[in-house]
Amino acid sequence: MKFGVVVFPGSNCDSDTLYVVKEVFNQEAEFLWHKDHDLKNSDCIIFPGGFSYGDYLRSGAIARFSPLIKEVREFALNGGLVLGICNGFQILLELGLLPGAMLRNKNLKFLCQHVNIRIDNTDTPFTLAGNIGQVLSIPIAHFDGNYYIDNNSLKDLHKQNQIVFRYSEQNGNLSKKSNVNGSINSIAGLINKNGNVLGMMPHPERASEAILGSDDGRVIFESIIQYFDKVKKPQPC
Amino acid sequence: MKVRVLVSFKDSILDPQGKTVEHSLHTLGYDFVDEVRQGKVFELELKGISREKAEKIIPEIADKVLANPIIEKFSFEIMD
Repeated sequence: MKFGVVVFPGSNCDSDTLYVVKEVFNQEAEFLWHKDHDLKNSDCIIFPGGFSYGDYLRSGAIARFSPLIKEVREFALNGGLVLGICNGFQILLELGLLPGAMLRNKNLKFLCQHVNIRIDNTDTPFTLAGNIGQVLSIPIAHFDGNYYIDNNSLKDLHKQNQIVFRYSEQNGNLSKKSNVNGSINSIAGLINKNGNVLGMMPHPERASEAILGSDDGRVIFESIIQYFDKVKKPQPC
Repeated sequence: MKVRVLVSFKDSILDPQGKTVEHSLHTLGYDFVDEVRQGKVFELELKGISREKAEKIIPEIADKVLANPIIEKFSFEIMD
C-alpha cells in the first residue's frame, strides 16, 4: 500500500514518519507538499507532528487553509484513511474532521516524555492488530494536548465508541497522574464516526523500533497495513 | 477603519494561564483581584468597506479564523 505524508512549513516529524512506513514496514511512501493538489494515489494520508506555521494563532489553525487540504478533505469524506499525529491531530480538529479542540496542557508545560496509553477500541483500521486494554508505551511531545469537548458531544464519543486511546498507568488503570496533560476523560486519541479518520497525540513513529526504547507504536502501522490487505486487495476465489 | 477583536476562552473553559497570573497578583498582595482571564487581541485595519458592512463581516472573520468557537468567544469594537 502507499502512504502519503503531508509536509507543511514547520512539520518536523515528516521524515521520521516516512522513514518508518518505508524502511521499517517496507511500504510505498511519498511526501505530499501542502501547496500541491496531488495526493499521488496514496491509500493512507498522514498529517505528521511538528509546528505547522509555527503554531501561530492556534496549533493547527493555519494549516487548514493550505491548498492540499481540499483534496485531503474529499479523500476523508469518501472514506479514505487519514491519520493525524500530534500536530496532525490538532489540524484534524481545526479542520472539523474530528470533534473537539485542544487546550494548553494543564500544568502549562511542554511535555516531552514516554507515556502509557490504553487501547479502548480495536474495531478500527488503526488498531485492529491490537487488543482491548493493551497498554502501549509511546512518547508525547506537545504543549497543547489537553483535549476538550463539551459534555453532550463527549457522551456521543462514548456512545459511538470513538475513543480509541486513553492515557493510563502501566497496568491500564486511569488516574489523574497518568492523565499528564489534563485531557477530558484521559482521551489520547479518537476516531471519527465513519471510522476512517484517527487523531492521536502520542507519536507511534517514534516508537517503532526497539533500539529507540519502544516498538509499541508498531501496532498502529501494522493495523493499517493489515486492514488495507484485507479490504483493498482482491481475495482469491 | 481600525477594528479591535478580542478573543478569550468561554466562561465554561478553565484558563490555567489566567489562573497563574491571578495567583501571581495575589502573591504581590493584590488580594482584591478576584479573577483573571487571559485572551488575545487582534487589530485589523480595514479599507474600502463601510461601517455597516464591517459590523457584518467581522463576526464571520472571528468565527472562521480568529477564534475557535468550540473553546473561545469574541467581541469587537470599531475604533474610528
